Amino acid sequence: MSFDPHALGSLGITEEQVDLMDVAETFCRDKCDMAKVRAHINVTRGFDSEDWQALSALGWLGIAIPEAHGGVGLSLTEVVPVVEQMGRRMMATPFIPTTVTAQALLVGGTTLQKDMYLAKIANRSIATLALSEMNGAYDLTQIEAIADLEPDGYRLSGTKILVQNLDAADLIVISAKLDGEVTLFVVDADLIPETARRREKIIDETKRSYELSLDGLILPVTALMASDKVAATLAHIELCANLLGSAEQVGAAKSCIEYTVEYLRTRKQFGKLIGSYQALKHPTVDAYIGYEKARSLLYAAAHSFDEQGKGEIATRMATVAAGRALSFAADRSIQFHGGFGFTYDCDAQLYRRLAIFNDSQFGDIRWQKSKLAALLFN
Amino acid sequence: MISIEDFAQEANDWFAKNTPRDVGFMMPLTFMEVGTDQQFQFLRDWQRQVYEAGYLGAAWPSEYGGGGLTDAHQAVATKAMRKYDAPIMMNTIGLSWAGPLILDIGTEEHKQKYIKGILSADDIWCQGFSEPEHGSDLGNAQLRAVREGDEYVLNGSKIWTTHGHFGKYMILLARTNPEAANKYAGLSFILTPMNVPGVETRKIKKLTGEHGFTQTFFTDARIPTEGLMGGEGQGWKIAMQTLEYERGARGGQAGGYSITEPDPLEILNLARETGQIDDPVVRDDLLDYIIDAQALNLNKRRAKIAPLMRDHPAGLPLMNKLVATEFAREINQYALTLQGTRGAYYVDEPNAVDKGLWHRSYLNAFSATIGGGTSQIQRNIIAEHVLGLPKSY
Repeated sequence: MSFDPHALGSLGITEEQVDLMDVAETFCRDKCDMAKVRAHINVTRGFDSEDWQALSALGWLGIAIPEAHGGVGLSLTEVVPVVEQMGRRMMATPFIPTTVTAQALLVGGTTLQKDMYLAKIANRSIATLALSEMNGAYDLTQIEAIADLEPDGYRLSGTKILVQNLDAADLIVISAKLDGEVTLFVVDADLIPETARRREKIIDETKRSYELSLDGLILPVTALMASDKVAATLAHIELCANLLGSAEQVGAAKSCIEYTVEYLRTRKQFGKLIGSYQALKHPTVDAYIGYEKARSLLYAAAHSFDEQGKGEIATRMATVAAGRALSFAADRSIQFHGGFGFTYDCDAQLYRRLAIFNDSQFGDIRWQKSKLAALLFN
Repeated sequence: MISIEDFAQEANDWFAKNTPRDVGFMMPLTFMEVGTDQQFQFLRDWQRQVYEAGYLGAAWPSEYGGGGLTDAHQAVATKAMRKYDAPIMMNTIGLSWAGPLILDIGTEEHKQKYIKGILSADDIWCQGFSEPEHGSDLGNAQLRAVREGDEYVLNGSKIWTTHGHFGKYMILLARTNPEAANKYAGLSFILTPMNVPGVETRKIKKLTGEHGFTQTFFTDARIPTEGLMGGEGQGWKIAMQTLEYERGARGGQAGGYSITEPDPLEILNLARETGQIDDPVVRDDLLDYIIDAQALNLNKRRAKIAPLMRDHPAGLPLMNKLVATEFAREINQYALTLQGTRGAYYVDEPNAVDKGLWHRSYLNAFSATIGGGTSQIQRNIIAEHVLGLPKSY
């Protein structure tokens, strides 16, 4: 017996979390509404560059980067409330991929790479990850891309998919097999020709992702990340992405429920407000309860994130709960909006699509649960 | 005042030494399961022992019989009870509902008269809210109280009265004015003695086959008007405050616990004992319960962290009853499915897994998903008071 259900992650809050929550709440509300979200669906880059400048000026890109590298010196614990507020407004920026890439460099970058890139990210640079491949595996070591050491550097071959915000990125972390071992590289985006990328059509239209052909790409030898830290880096990437993805979904779930409630309070049928019918009212309460549970698990994951073992358990639990909460809230939102819910103009689809996208990246609920089973039952 | 740390240490030592083990009969896991005289006597004595040791009512004022310490003191004492898996504090309606209400809005005489007996379990309390024809529609309660001098004359009936046949006092919701402007305005809240002529309790057999609650009949029963709480016509508001205590949405309780909360660890052990822990299907189910149990634990913790409660301050307190009782029902139900063919056995069968405890717990779990406002009523309350959805009726 190896587990104590009362010690699966505790809950607390830091002053910095509260301060950031306050600032982010105002910032995201002022900068983003649904009209803007929809407008940016039709903009190639998919986000507002001025917003990016503004949030980097607030220091948010460096929250979890050490002071020695130009950051604020806090941790992802303090990033969570910021992403939650972004999720509430569906404010799509490359914030999550950039933050996760910085974390990857912190764990698996060489001293030189940390010196070169972390300060840039803390300042304003956009970073992203090229890890996934056509096999659709959640296991980030299941890759086929190849790196060969040649006189002029590492020659890559293969194809990466679902590389978020590649068109806007300044630097990219790429995985490939070198002599049969999974290896990570970090490169400046200007090494990658525009012809190597193709925009993908993804279900969450507020986000951007690209297919990246690695064929013919030659990376300088300095691009190789620490070879003894690859496993730890990939594991960290997965957990960071799940933590921040959960924060985004918890934030979105709240807004989605409010959106449904607003309709239930104004739409009349059979002479009564439809929110008075318990067939609609009770599932809406269930969605709300799911959201509150997920939020408790999220802040416990944020609080415990840096603790060995506990952090992973808490994060995977939060990921399960957040995914379910948003999926259920958005699914019911579509249904409860009736005919309007079936239209593109109803915002319910935006929330549902966001949940499907997030659930598909870095491990779906089944994946999280199989990892939890291994952690808790063995 | 003794420090929290020292008090915690003393409480730990005391419960380590004094918590009874292997009592030789089926220990009630919730206050609603106290059915036999043996169970009742045992738990009454146990509560008195805990109170006299100073670990119950520690935060209640000392002038009325409490310990005169703080909520933090009581919290560590309750934690020690949990740690040693101590039996429940059985006088729940007094300790957790009537007691805090009396301390909040009762008269000085009420406090002097009732508080100590609640803590020592000398005076068992019960609640008279529901009526045979008025359950969820509580505001429509019809038991009549007519004032004659310094007495009320009671006629009518209350039902689902937990501890009714043990009760010395009842918190009673009665109609003092049938002509009031609306159904709520005609109600009053009265602290009622049970041992007076014209009050008769009749045991009701529960779905488990056990006893544990009663129907109470009032036939020209005369009680003193000094038991009136607030003023006439304020009964609905006071009943709602009482239900907030009952649902855990409001603090001030004497402490301890009246329900042994289901621990997913026990379900895990059950799955292990029955050899099903390695079945991936079972593991998948178990994880859902573990995640849910963890979320409920964390909800309670988060309810005390103000910055994480700003959006819906009433949300977690109001959902507490619904989620905790539904979870208990579901996890106990699931436990039955881990027992294979022996899942067919029932309480007291020697071949039954854990003496049929899970079956009893599952069937008894409905008392909490129905009593104190059904889960369906709870959803209406959350919908209307937290989300601002329109009323259903």
